[in-house]
This record gives sequence, C-alpha cells and structure tokens, in this order.
Amino acid sequence: MDILRISDLRIGFTVHGFSRDVVKGVSLRVPAGKTVALVGESGSGKSVISQAIMGLLPRAGAITGGEILFRDPLAPDTVVDIAALPPEGPGIRQLRGGRIGMIFQEPMSSLSPIHTIGNQIEEALLLHRPMPKPEARGLIEAMLKRVGFKNPQRAFGLYPFELSGGLRQRAMLAMALICQPALLIADEPTTALDVTIQAQVLDLMRDLQAEMGMAILLITHDLGVVANMADEVVVIFHGEIMERGPVEGIFRHPRHPYLKALLKASPHFDMQEGERLVALREARPRPAVARAAPAPAPRADDTPLLRVRHLRKTYVTGSRSFFGKGTLTTVKAVDDVSFDIRRGECLGLVGESGCGKTTVSKIVMRAITANSGEVVFDDGRERCDVLTLQGEALRSFRQRVQMIFQDPVSSLSPRMTVMNILREPLVIHDRGGPAEQRERVKALMQDVGLDVRYLNRYPHSFSGGQRQRIGIARALALDPELIICDEPVSALDVSVQAQILNLLKDLQAERGLTFLFISHNLAVVNYMADRIAVMANGRIVELAPRHVLFNNPVHPYTKALLRSVPFADLDRKLDFKLAAPTGASDDRQWGDAFRSGPDDAALTQLPLGDGHYVLARPNADARELVP
Amino acid sequence: MLLRYILKRILIMIPTLIVTSALIFTVINLPEGDYFETLAAEMQAQGEKADMSRIEFLKKEYGFDRPPLERYVRWVAGLLQGDMGYSFEYQRPVREIVGDRLLLTMIVSFATILFTWIVAFPIGIYSATHQYSWGDYGLTFLGLIGLAVPHFLLALVFMYFANIWFGTSIGGLVDPQYLNQPMSWAKLRSVLEHLWIPVIIIGAGGTAGMIRALRANLLDELQKQYYVTARAKGLPPGRALRKYPLRMSLNFFISDIGDILPSIVSGAEIVAIVLSLQTTGPLLIRALQSQDMYLAGSFLMFLSFLTVIGVLISDIALAFLDPRIRLQGTATK
Repeated sequence: MDILRISDLRIGFTVHGFSRDVVKGVSLRVPAGKTVALVGESGSGKSVISQAIMGLLPRAGAITGGEILFRDPLAPDTVVDIAALPPEGPGIRQLRGGRIGMIFQEPMSSLSPIHTIGNQIEEALLLHRPMPKPEARGLIEAMLKRVGFKNPQRAFGLYPFELSGGLRQRAMLAMALICQPALLIADEPTTALDVTIQAQVLDLMRDLQAEMGMAILLITHDLGVVANMADEVVVIFHGEIMERGPVEGIFRHPRHPYLKALLKASPHFDMQEGERLVALREARPRPAVARAAPAPAPRADDTPLLRVRHLRKTYVTGSRSFFGKGTLTTVKAVDDVSFDIRRGECLGLVGESGCGKTTVSKIVMRAITANSGEVVFDDGRERCDVLTLQGEALRSFRQRVQMIFQDPVSSLSPRMTVMNILREPLVIHDRGGPAEQRERVKALMQDVGLDVRYLNRYPHSFSGGQRQRIGIARALALDPELIICDEPVSALDVSVQAQILNLLKDLQAERGLTFLFISHNLAVVNYMADRIAVMANGRIVELAPRHVLFNNPVHPYTKALLRSVPFADLDRKLDFKLAAPTGASDDRQWGDAFRSGPDDAALTQLPLGDGHYVLARPNADARELVP
Repeated sequence: MLLRYILKRILIMIPTLIVTSALIFTVINLPEGDYFETLAAEMQAQGEKADMSRIEFLKKEYGFDRPPLERYVRWVAGLLQGDMGYSFEYQRPVREIVGDRLLLTMIVSFATILFTWIVAFPIGIYSATHQYSWGDYGLTFLGLIGLAVPHFLLALVFMYFANIWFGTSIGGLVDPQYLNQPMSWAKLRSVLEHLWIPVIIIGAGGTAGMIRALRANLLDELQKQYYVTARAKGLPPGRALRKYPLRMSLNFFISDIGDILPSIVSGAEIVAIVLSLQTTGPLLIRALQSQDMYLAGSFLMFLSFLTVIGVLISDIALAFLDPRIRLQGTATK
C-alpha cells in the first residue's frame, strides 16, 4: 500500500509578477514502512515538493496542477488529496504534525530558542492528542529517552541552545514522531552534522522506522546517505524526475546521464592517484599544456614553507559575575599543535566541528592570537616568525597568505561589484596603477573561468559556485604563496563541488601554490590533499600521507571517522552500530595507548615511519599500534 | 541565577547614577555666573537698585561661596534624603513646585506609552502578516506621516481645528478651576478628559516608529525556520504567530522601555509649551534659562533616574522572557 502517491504535481512561483514553474509534473510514491529518497541539487525543487506535502508552500508559491494523495494506514479506506485542501484549513492541520511529521536541515534554527524542548514537544502532542499534562509528560520523556537523551527528566526542561547539534536533531525527531505519524519527511536531516553524528542520527531514524512502521521521505543531495538509507530512489533535476526505482537498480545501473554524471562528480575513497573528478561543467577549459609554473626559487635543502610548533590557544567561557569572579571554564581550543607544510603541497586538516581546525588557520593568518607556540613562514628568500610580526612586516606578510572561505554568500560584500572586490587587495597593498590593477583583475577572472563582462555585476547575480570562484580569484589577487581553504566546498552542490575542486587543483599545479585545506569531508580531503592531519579535541591525533591514512589508520578517532562516512556504494554499506557508538572524539573510547594515563604520561607524536605520526603514549610499542 | 542577575543589574545602577549626577552638575555649572548674578543683572537692567548685601547673604546661605565639589556633594547628599533643593526663582522647595507637575507628567507619559503600544501592536502585526498588501501600504503611509510631522506642528493643527470645529480650547491638562487644587476624583476626571489630545500628539511619532520596527522585526522572525516547524506541527497560524515570532520580536520592545521613558518625557516638552500643559517640561526649560540650578539639576536627575529604572525593568523583563539572557554565560575571546 502506498501512503503517499503524488501524480503530475505542478508548482508555480510568482515573483515580481512573473510566474515560473518550479515543479513540472512530478509523480512519485512512498510505500508504507519504506524509505524513499528524493535526490537533487539545490534549486531542483525537492524541498518545494516537501513543503507542498505539508501544505507549507511560501506565499509566492501555489500548486497549479496534479494531486497529492495521502492514505492513512489507520483509515485505509479514505484518501485525502492534500493538493485540494485549503492551505490553512483544519483538514491539513490535522495531518501536519499528527499524521505527517517533518524534520529539517538546521537543528539550530528549527527549534525555538526561547522555549524548552519539552514545551515544544508537548505542544505538538497535545495539539493532536489531548490528554492530561502529567500523562503527556510521561510520553514525552519516554520518547526523549528513545531518541537518545540519557536523562529525559532533565532534558525536558532544557533549551535548544544548551544542546549540541546532534542532540538538537534528536529533539527534533522526538517532536516529529511524538504523535506516531504515518509518514516522516526528513529534509536534509544530517547535512549540517558531523559524519559520526550523522551516522548516529541516521541509525536512530532507521531503528525508529522499524519500531513504528512509518514511511520516510528522505530529501538529500548526498548519494552516500541515499545508498545507506533508501529502499527507493527518485532523482529530480530542475523540477522534473530524471529517474526513479529501487535503490539497487539506481546505483548498479544508472541510466539517465544526469545521475551518471552526479555519481562521477562525487569524490570517493577508491580514486586512483591522479584520477580526476568529472564535473558536470568545468569552470574553464583545461589548458592543454599546463602553463609553466612560476618556478619557486630552487632550493637545495627542504625547508618547509610553514612550520608550526607547539601552538596553544585557550578560550575562557562561563558566567562572569560583575566583580570578576564566577564559574569560568577554560577550553583548550588548540593544544600543542605542530605540523609542517611543504612548498607546493596540499596539507589536509580534518576533524569534526569544534576540534580547533579553524582556530589553527586563524592563528596562522594572525586573525587571532595564540597563547604560545611558534609559526615560521619561510618562502626561500626570507624567514619570518609570524606570531611576532608587527606593523609593516605584518602588512607585507599578509599578502603572502590568503584565505578562501566556506560561505560564498557572506564572504563577498553585497555592496561591491566584482571589479571592486577583486581590486580591493591590490589597492590595499598598493600594487600598480589603476589601469594595471584593472588588467590584473581581468586576468584573474579568466583564471577562474569567469567572463570579464561580469566585472560590473554584484555578487547576488552569481550562483554559489560562481561566487566561490570570485572568492578564489580574490585569494589569488596578491599572488600568495600559501592559501588557506576553510571548508571551501561544503556549502556547494556535488556537481559544483567537483568543479571548484578541479579548479583549485589546476591552479595549484599552474602556480605552484601551497594549500592548507580544512574540511570535515574526508572524501574531499582525500581528493585534494597530499598529506592529512586529523584533529580531535584541539590536538593533532594522526598525521600521514593520504594513502597511508586511508589504508592504514592507527588512531581510534581516525578509524571512527572513516567508519562513519557513508559511501555511495551498495556493497559497502555503513555498519551503523559499529560506526560511532558514542561521540568519536570522546577519548574514553580510545584505548589506553592513546590517552594520557593516570601516571600523567604525556602523549607524543610517535613516528610509525613513512611520514606517519600518531598521538600516543611514548612507551607504547609502535608495533602494537599498527592495526 | 536570576536573582544574581537582578542584583548585578541593580549594582550597576549606582555608578551610572553617580556619573550622570556629576555630568548634570558640571553642565549646569558650565555657563558663566550663577542664578544670583543673573538676578542682579536683571534687577539692574530694570533700574532697581540691587541689594548686593542680600545677594551676598543668599550666596552664602546656599553655599555658593564654597568650591563646586563641596556643593556637588551636598546636593547629592540632599537628593539621597529626598531633598531636591530649593528653587531660587520660585522661592520654594523644588519638591513643592515639581510635585504636582511630576504626577501629571507621569500620567501623560504612561498614557502615551499605553496608547503607542495599543495602536502599534495590531497594526504592526497586520502589516507584517499582510506584507505588500493595500492595507500594509495604507497603514505604512499613515505611519510615515505621523513620523514626519513635528509634534509641535501637530499640536498647533489640533488646537486650530478644535477651536474652529468645537469652539473649545484644548490647552492645558485640567480645567482652570482645578489648577493648584489637591488631587480629587473631579480633578482626575478633568485630567482624563483633557488627556487624549496630548497623548495622541505626543504618541503619534512613537507609534509610527514602533509600527515600522515591529513590522520589520516580525517579518524577519516570520522567515525563521522555527516558525515553519511550529506550523509543521499543525498549529493554527494565529497561535503559531503569537507563541513564536511575536514573542521573539518582543525582545526589541522590552529593551526599548529604557529609551521610551525619557524620550517621551523630553519629547513632550515643546508640545507641553504649545498646549500649555502643566507638566514638568515648561518648568525645566524655564529653570535652565534662568540658571535656577537646584530646580534644573534635581529635575534632570529625576529624569535620569527614570531612565535607569526603565533600563532595569527592561533588563529584568528580558531575562524573564528570554532564557538565552538568563542562562548563557559570557564568553571571552
């Protein structure tokens, strides 16, 4: 029996008097108790479909044709056409939250920050199933316990900002499922979460589905999640269904070119050395012969471009009373971090949110001040101690290290044209006259594959990928030696992601650039980096050449991370139970060799040979550590 | 936690008030001379023979021969005991002169705030939920007129038309026979009868501003994901709106209480002169002109105290309403 049957659904949006079809005749079905994945990139219309099912279309949007038939398993003889219900009438409101639950991408913003989670869940429950409050409270606490809160009595009275992202998403799940809906719509439920937390939440969703027998409509762009969760797959592109069918058929025999292209554009762990992602559209034609790189001054000795030693940074948080006392907690954001970046290489820095990787990059940029440690930048002509630079020396150092940011929207000023954005670094550092600067900007636009006619436009008229290319061009403007890429593709769609990654690789080869590449996405880092450093709790726990790290991880944290990555491959499904039983960065799970023991034995970077280091006790036998 | 927070807020009031009082005292003492010199000059200008010995005596009596710091300390000490000083011009204690007017001022201010909120809230909510509709445009237009027309002009227009159409004078806050009478039911009724005109005039600008602010805030909140979540639970739109976005947009108004109190009191002064209201505004302006320092100083101090109290009230209300303020500690970078 199908719980949901959508046929020939059309949804139009009217903006500034122009109407535009966003969903063009979509048909799909969700069978009872099964998971259907709706896969597509941003702008494909997948979220709009979910809004239409909930009757929550924005005011500008309207269903212009087709039907959305919902058959409740509790009343199998009645079929409701949601598309025909008045959008705010009692009919649709009864279904919303009662029979169809929904969870969203951003667990931070989808809960009200000023109401306790208990209050918000209770509201949903009492709305659809009126009952005395104590009874409701019992049900809610049971549900909170089921979704993984260790102390449900306490959790009931907590506010969302007191919870981590993973717990917030669990609270969202509890809220969506408290009325035992027949259908759960999950709109990118784990996109904002770390891989290990993603594995836990996906696992929880599967368990709850088995218990309650509900159907799930999973909306995602992540083919890895699809391969691990879905029974059936529907691929949508520009408001039209490209391909649909059981997950087996879709992954083993993709027929539609779009789906094939999507699969080829996703980085995965089995890529050969030198293998290139196939972007749906490359940023620019690939130069037939790589232009001669401005050869870095040849050097006999092998001095690293950047040498970081014993970096430490602590933050103080907690309530401070007016007179200075109070409960202060010191958080070690960066704790004794040391690494080298060699000239021309790409060093990957991986870790979950809050592990300190961005703090490290900001210290190197001199955007925040470290408590102690040393950073030496050596471009072959002169050495400078980055952390002690002052005045003019600091100013000239800034030209040599540039940054590419995560969010292509907020990292470009909306009030400056592309010309002004790209010229600004040249103006600040007084490079050449106005005419020369304009020429340089034009060359930069060509380097990132953008048309020079776009120079007078503002950032809002570009797509996310194009904006990120503008950000890259800006980072290149001053011919830096080191570029720090802080999650440069995590806000982008898979197809655009491949385009940006390829562009970065080409630019690196052409210009002999050195990258510090920060990401939480292991597959992306695997594609980009020569060597990879894994960070947890402010420390680098393992550092190794790329292939060594992926084939031969030693540290339990690295292993947990690798186990939690969902592959877009049906033959390598995640073992959810094994993936990450609790938080992977919880060092109590790590085994004695990797924890500073009661005898206060300090941890050191043990060399395992071949440039492979792991953070462990100095007396641990190197052979024991090898898996 | 909450108690500590409130205690902290109250403690912060002390240095604020000390600094304010010092500033007020300094500013009032900045112009050359003092009340007695102004007085002597005025008497001489009118051809009267100034009784210099009397003026000297008065100066000594009020401590004007002492250094400013000592006068400041004595003034503050007086204030702490509820003694607002002595008005030279009226030859009466400041408290007596101000007393009745203060009550009227507070009645006008309070009524204005109430008026502002009662009018602004429904309109603001309507405008936000019906963005770009004709109703929204119309109300916005009216609001902008209210915002753009100066108070005193509005007051003059009101007076003119009240005279033409009703043949009545709307000046004043009470009927003349109640002036300088103790408060009674009859007087209160008379006050209420007169109150609505100054309230509308003084409140017009504030109401318009508040409508715009509420509309903008609410529009922001309506875009937020948690509002979609609330509706996805099946809440009717009205209930979802009241519980989530409206409550979030309230923060702005509550933190604004501290600003509203003094701005209404001071914004009303010119209107008060035009309409000859017996509030404190005209009194303050006259006192500042004649350098009647205790009257002006104590009065300004009272206004500052109101402001600080307003801020305290809004801080405490915010802490009650918003758990993030109550529970989240401060973080240092």
